[in-house]
Amino acid sequence: MKFLPLVWKSLWRRKIRTIFTLLSIFVAFLLFGLLMTIRTAFTLGVDIAGNDRLMVINKVSLIMPLPSSYQRELQAVPGVEVVTHNTWFGGVYQDPANFFATIPLEPERYFSIYPEMKLPPEEMKAWLADRQGAVAGRDLANRFGWKVGDRIPMQGTIFRTKSGSSTWEFNLVGIYDGDPGVDKTSFFFRYDYFDEARQIGQGTVGWYIVKIADASRAKEMATTFDKMFANSTAETSTTTEKGFIDGFAKQVGDIGSIMIAILSAVLFTILLVVGNTMAQAVRERTSELAVLKTLGFSDVRVLTLVLAESFFIALVGGGAGLFVSWLLVQTGDPTGGLLPAFELTSRDLIVGIGLMAMVGLLAGLFPSVGAMRIRITDALRKA
Amino acid sequence: MSWLTQIGAVTLLNLRTLPQRAGSSAVAIVGIAGVVVVFVAVLSMAEGLITAMASAGSPDRAIVMRSGSDDEMTSVIPGPEVDVVRQAPGILHEGTRALASGELYVIVDLPKRSTMTPANVPLRGVEPITPRVRIDARIVEGRMLQFGTNEIVAGRAATRQFAGLSLGSQITSGQNVWVVVGIFESGGSVSETELWADARVLQGAYRRSNSYQSVLVRLESAQSFQAFKDWLTTNPQLNVSVRPETEYYQAQTVTLTNLIRTIGFSIAALMGIGAVFGAILTMYTAVATRTREIATLRALGFNTVSVIVSVLAESLGLAALGGAIGGLVAFVGFNGFQTSTMNWQTFSQVAFAFTVTPFLLAQGLFYALAMGLIGGLMPAIKAARLPISSALREL
Repeated sequence: MKFLPLVWKSLWRRKIRTIFTLLSIFVAFLLFGLLMTIRTAFTLGVDIAGNDRLMVINKVSLIMPLPSSYQRELQAVPGVEVVTHNTWFGGVYQDPANFFATIPLEPERYFSIYPEMKLPPEEMKAWLADRQGAVAGRDLANRFGWKVGDRIPMQGTIFRTKSGSSTWEFNLVGIYDGDPGVDKTSFFFRYDYFDEARQIGQGTVGWYIVKIADASRAKEMATTFDKMFANSTAETSTTTEKGFIDGFAKQVGDIGSIMIAILSAVLFTILLVVGNTMAQAVRERTSELAVLKTLGFSDVRVLTLVLAESFFIALVGGGAGLFVSWLLVQTGDPTGGLLPAFELTSRDLIVGIGLMAMVGLLAGLFPSVGAMRIRITDALRKA
Repeated sequence: MSWLTQIGAVTLLNLRTLPQRAGSSAVAIVGIAGVVVVFVAVLSMAEGLITAMASAGSPDRAIVMRSGSDDEMTSVIPGPEVDVVRQAPGILHEGTRALASGELYVIVDLPKRSTMTPANVPLRGVEPITPRVRIDARIVEGRMLQFGTNEIVAGRAATRQFAGLSLGSQITSGQNVWVVVGIFESGGSVSETELWADARVLQGAYRRSNSYQSVLVRLESAQSFQAFKDWLTTNPQLNVSVRPETEYYQAQTVTLTNLIRTIGFSIAALMGIGAVFGAILTMYTAVATRTREIATLRALGFNTVSVIVSVLAESLGLAALGGAIGGLVAFVGFNGFQTSTMNWQTFSQVAFAFTVTPFLLAQGLFYALAMGLIGGLMPAIKAARLPISSALREL
């Protein structure tokens, strides 16, 4: 069959036109890849947050602490596997612009709840042996060139030490890693050291994280917890970790809809460009197509011929664009570790390929139907 | 015939035949309009944020916080220190009262209207003197809160962005119940996102004992800032830092506006490249369909410059039209659109309106013309180089 060579020949009939059409589709899908990455970065890795982890925060607001006595009470509830807590330290390293999360926590319990974060066992052992020990995420350590064994001074913006100093010093004993999508930009240190050394707020924690045995009972367990502390001086509000992170991302703004709005504008424009190119190509070749029909090409075959061209343009241009955006994303986060997640997910890649097929189909639809309907006699007379 | 009349004649002829190429011209116009819409809309967000933050600060006000704190959220100033600050020189007085307002800055969870998910709404503890310090804020509905009670007043922007803040409504937050008795405006500035309560009552509700987070003072003039600052920073009783209010708010916008601008410019640049390709295609098509016409003109003695100019004029005209449409769509669709985002310095919400400024529109139009120029260049040269004899033979 000489079908594919025929498609190839007609594509390069007007070289410049095909090249520029390919380029504009290339740019459109390059943008698609990058915008989807930005969207993922801003939704703070919602996709990997667990439904079997509940966040217990103060009902008034996240900034209000909870008593540390709640840990024992929560642990006693049937169906609870592990209870641990975090506190917002608000540390500043060198310059306030170097923002990253600094959190005092219970090393063993915390890492047992988050199996997707990986800390080598010998580093965990070293951490448990050193009260001033701290661990940093891989991205954070790379950003500042930290190595295990470094001494890291941190300015406490909220908490001061008992001596009244705002400088806290930590020994970096480990660097944790994790699967793609896991936030590797945090700085963790020991809560027991922190609670003993701080001037104010002893005996309180920021929020609790509760791992439950059965994710399907999350709602019911959340209600149980909140009832336990109702009418106390610190009432609680419990949500799944997924719900919590999702809500937090929504506070930033609806980045998702903004990105989708921009992309719709881009894709609509591209559709016009490719559609116009195809229409033009068919108009120019009316007599050629009529000759093909005279030679015995069926209507369907002519339709396929034109559609194949438009699919080729969409898939090659779009595929190259998506591939280049994927390559760019692999080189890493341009902000140097400010964004907790910077990746092009496979789901977005699949959506991208689907969109290319759609552009190819829609752009080729009318011109190819037009080509199919060409009446040999009329077309040949025109020429 | 002179050069200029030649150029004029060819360009006019070119533009007259434009309707025949309406389809492909529309592609270039829509492409460029799309880029301009995105460009103007994204940057108008940064513009709106800056407007809201900048108008919150006044050069003759200064904000005092604990030294080492860059925002009110993390600052703590004990009550006795606030009383010392009130005695500093340079503060404007009304009668015997120093215009210095000791304030708290906390967060209360309220549902955001657009998503109905909880949002961190800033709740400010104020004193009876505060309205004399924050003179740009005025009650537009209801009345000022009564001090010593659980009454609050809400900013206009907060009532628009968050649910449950109408006049007379109650907000339950933990065991605290707040009653909204008034709504205030302050020229669309960031303080309109706040709720105000009595600082003393708030100290109890948030278990802060006798402590504040910041002191806002009205200075006698912007020039008294230095004296005020020197007195505070050399006073051994105090451990505070002070900065002009304008500077404080400006610093809070830098990160966010830079982020928005970087993203906006990058997206617009990439989209622009795509639109230029679209324009090139359109202009090549235009030149291709007019091959015989152009060749005829050349054969009649029209020079190449007039042909180049006429093609460029067409592409610039299409670009200008696209830019104008894009600017108009951005203005109608986005100007004044209210939204809110998180202020990363204080983890609290800040409401603002997209602001499409004339400067942004001019930038958009300029960008459109640049795209048109680049898009028209290659096709124009091609048109000028058409070999007359073979072009005339083409169908």
